[in-house]
Parts: sequence; C-alpha cells; structure tokens
Amino acid sequence: MNTIFSITRREINGYFATPVAYVFIVIFLIMSGLFTFYMGGFYERGQADLASFFDWHPWLYLFLIPAISMRLWAEERRNGTIELLMTLPISTSQAVLGKFLAAWIFTAISLILTFPMWITVNYLGEPDNGTILASYLGSLLMAGGYLAIGSCISSLTKNQVIAFVVTIAVCFLFTVSGMPIVLNFFSGWTPQALLDTIASFSFISNFTDLTQGVIDIRNIIYFISLIIGALTLNVISINSKKGI
Amino acid sequence: MSVLIEVDRLTKSFGPFIAVDNISFSLKRGEVLGFLGPNGAGKTTTMRMITGFLSPTEGTIRVCNNDVAKYPLQIKEKIGYVPEGAPLYGEMTVLNFLKFIADVRKIPNSKLDDAIDNAVKKLGLELVLYQQLETLSKGYKRRVGLSQAIIHDPDVLILDEPTDGLDPNQKHEVRKLIKEMASTKAIIISTHILEEVDAVCTRAMIISQGRMIIDKSPKELLMGAPKGSTLDDVFRDLTIGQSEVKK
Repeated sequence: MNTIFSITRREINGYFATPVAYVFIVIFLIMSGLFTFYMGGFYERGQADLASFFDWHPWLYLFLIPAISMRLWAEERRNGTIELLMTLPISTSQAVLGKFLAAWIFTAISLILTFPMWITVNYLGEPDNGTILASYLGSLLMAGGYLAIGSCISSLTKNQVIAFVVTIAVCFLFTVSGMPIVLNFFSGWTPQALLDTIASFSFISNFTDLTQGVIDIRNIIYFISLIIGALTLNVISINSKKGI
Repeated sequence: MSVLIEVDRLTKSFGPFIAVDNISFSLKRGEVLGFLGPNGAGKTTTMRMITGFLSPTEGTIRVCNNDVAKYPLQIKEKIGYVPEGAPLYGEMTVLNFLKFIADVRKIPNSKLDDAIDNAVKKLGLELVLYQQLETLSKGYKRRVGLSQAIIHDPDVLILDEPTDGLDPNQKHEVRKLIKEMASTKAIIISTHILEEVDAVCTRAMIISQGRMIIDKSPKELLMGAPKGSTLDDVFRDLTIGQSEVKK
C-alpha cells in the first residue's frame, strides 16, 4: 500500500513540477464555464441547478482526460524510465494503481476547483445540494472510467499522440453507445437484449442517472467495474511486454 | 565465498532473432564481471533478464539463491541497477528523486538521511541536490543513476555502461567507487572500454551474437595472445573472427 502511495505522490508532484497541471486546470475551468453559460444556457434556463454544468462533462472529459492519460505509460516507455520503475521492488499492479490514482486525484482537484459554480447557484437560488453532490460523485467516477481506459491504451504504445487519439476514439464509443449513432447500427439485426446491453455501457446514460440525484448502485458498479477491468488489462499489457 | 548470481542456460529470442543464446555463468561475492562485446551482442538483454525487466525465453536465473521468475520483488530488493543510458525522471530534483527511490526501497526513516547522504557523497552530488534532473549535464545524470543504484547497499550491482559519457576524471572516480564496493558485492558491468575491464574487473566475459565466447580473468585473456598485444587486440581477434565464421 505504501508503495502505491509513494508512486502516487511522485506522480502528482510531477504534474505540478511542470506546466501540465496548471495549463490543464485553467483550460478545464475555462471550458467548463463556457459550456455551462453559453452552450448550456445557465441563465436562460432560469433554474437553480447545475444541470447545464454537468451535462457537458462527458464531452469535456472526452478531450481533456486523454490529454492526462496519454503520458501515463507512453512517456515512461519513450524515456526509458519504465526500466528504472519496473526494476525497483514494485509489482506491476502497484505501479498501475499508483499512477492511476495520481491521475484521478489530479482530476478530482480540477473538479473541486469548479466550486465557484456551486457557490453561484446557491447564491442565485436554492438548488438541491444533494443532487449536486451526487452529480459531482458521478462526474468523478466517470472521469475515473475515462482515465482507466486511457491508462490502458497508453501502456500499449510509446507514442503519446497515438495514445491520445486512440483513447479519444475508444472513449467516444463508450460515451455515445446509448445514442442513435451507435444503436441504429446494431438495431434491426441484433436481438433487443444485446441492444440493451450496448446501451447500458453508455457513459452518458450511467452518468445522467447519477446527475438526477438518484444514487443507483448499478451506475456506481458500472463505473467501478469498468475501472477495474481497464486497469487489469493495463497490468496484463505491461507484463506481456516483458515476454517479448 | 557465497554465490550471488547463477545464470543457467539463459536464452532470449525476439521472434526469430536470438539475442541471448544459451549463456551460463555464476558470480560470487567479491567478483566484478565485465561484459564485453560489440553493440547488439546481447549484453543489455542479459542484464535486463537478471534484473527482472525482461523474462527469459528459456533458462533460469537465481539471485541470492532465489529464482528471479518466482520471487521477482524479493530479488529486485537485492539488486541495484543502472539501466542503459541511466534514464531518470527529468522533472524531479536530485534530492526528491533519491528520496523517492529510498521510499520505494523501503529504507526506514531512521536510516533515510544516512542512506541519502552516503549515496550523495560517494557520487559527489552535493552541489546539484536541488537541481532538476533534466537540467544536469550527462556526467551528473550518470552519477545520479549510479547513486540511486547503491542507495540501499545492495548485494548485487548491475551497471550497464556506467562510465559512458563521463570525463576521464569522473571515469576514474566511478572505477574507484566500484573497486571500493567490490569486496562486499557481486558486480556486473558492461562496457566498450577495455581498459576499464583491466582496471576494475576480476573476470571478463566476451559476448558476441548472443553467445559467450570467453570467460576468463583479464590477465588470462592476455596470456593466450601473442606477446605485446593489448586487450583491444584480443577483443578484436575474438569478435571479428566470430562474425567471419558466421558469414
């Protein structure tokens, strides 16, 4: 456990030792503000809630999270530091978890820094703060899902650009799998049960359920198992490179 | 003296290419083994297998009487390793980097300062402690790489071209350091510089095309050769001969 935290600490310090952290946080805050006020129509809706803020999170994450996850392993491979890391007394799972946790905590920090939004809506009206809390939780879980997928893909290449682009593509599929763009392709020739399964993989529908203020254990299980699954593949991918 | 490294019929192939071909040797405490050979001979691959970074296609490796394949973590605790090119986390400062390594190596807090002090002094890093690694000169980077390898006072040291990029004085210092540590450890170094073998190694192993051609002391290597020849001549004879036979 301590080993995992040593790695996490090193990674987080690494984010803040370079401009990466600051650039990311600033862009994240500006973008989420733009989306909420202009595209989400925060004022026009005339409702004291943060739906116009959270509704854009899947799309915001789709492009910003791969920017964090792409370097997790690809950079280690490119710089050769992976040889240093994997010859220390650290198991692959510890390294994968440590790095993932660092990226997740970093995302959580960015998310917490959107608190002025919460203050604003509480100043303007009387929102349901329980719903807002559930939405934040949902957003964090969803970010974890994107990150885990990104971390896994990053371990397959030493090229960060490839990791970035492929992660966006895969995450896009997960994001929209409940939408007509995917479902229309399958409907008509696949049984309804399969169609429902595909739809249930959607980040958006699982996330939207949580933003309604209903903390459904199924949505939480969905994101957690997705994270575990992706990180398991991540470990397998790193271990398999030993054999080649 | 106790045997610390036992390599038995070690083979590694990457697809059809055989990088390491049936190499066996063992190394006792107090011995310094020099890996010699042309580029691509399989030196780095062999070292990567001993340190557990790559797994062998065939054969076994035992370090401190434990099988590397079975107890990778226990063995990694006993080894200090400088990978080829001494890769480092560029954004960290020297001190933070050494603290991280000490932390992961589970050096207890009570001994932490001593361990870091010792590693810093031995490699002369006092002046750059708070500098970012990526801003250091090649020589300093290499020395930081060496200091992280000895911070936990390991039984086994594996150094892949440890003096590459150092100036003559620094080379001399590193060789002195290796000699100082030699009596208590088993050390493997790979190098292109033959005088280095003469200076620090008790054994020299020449590897070419994945195979071990010779495993002798540097003196014995010279004895078989015509009078007046240097280690360079012996090396050239052996490795050029080898590649011609292959053709």
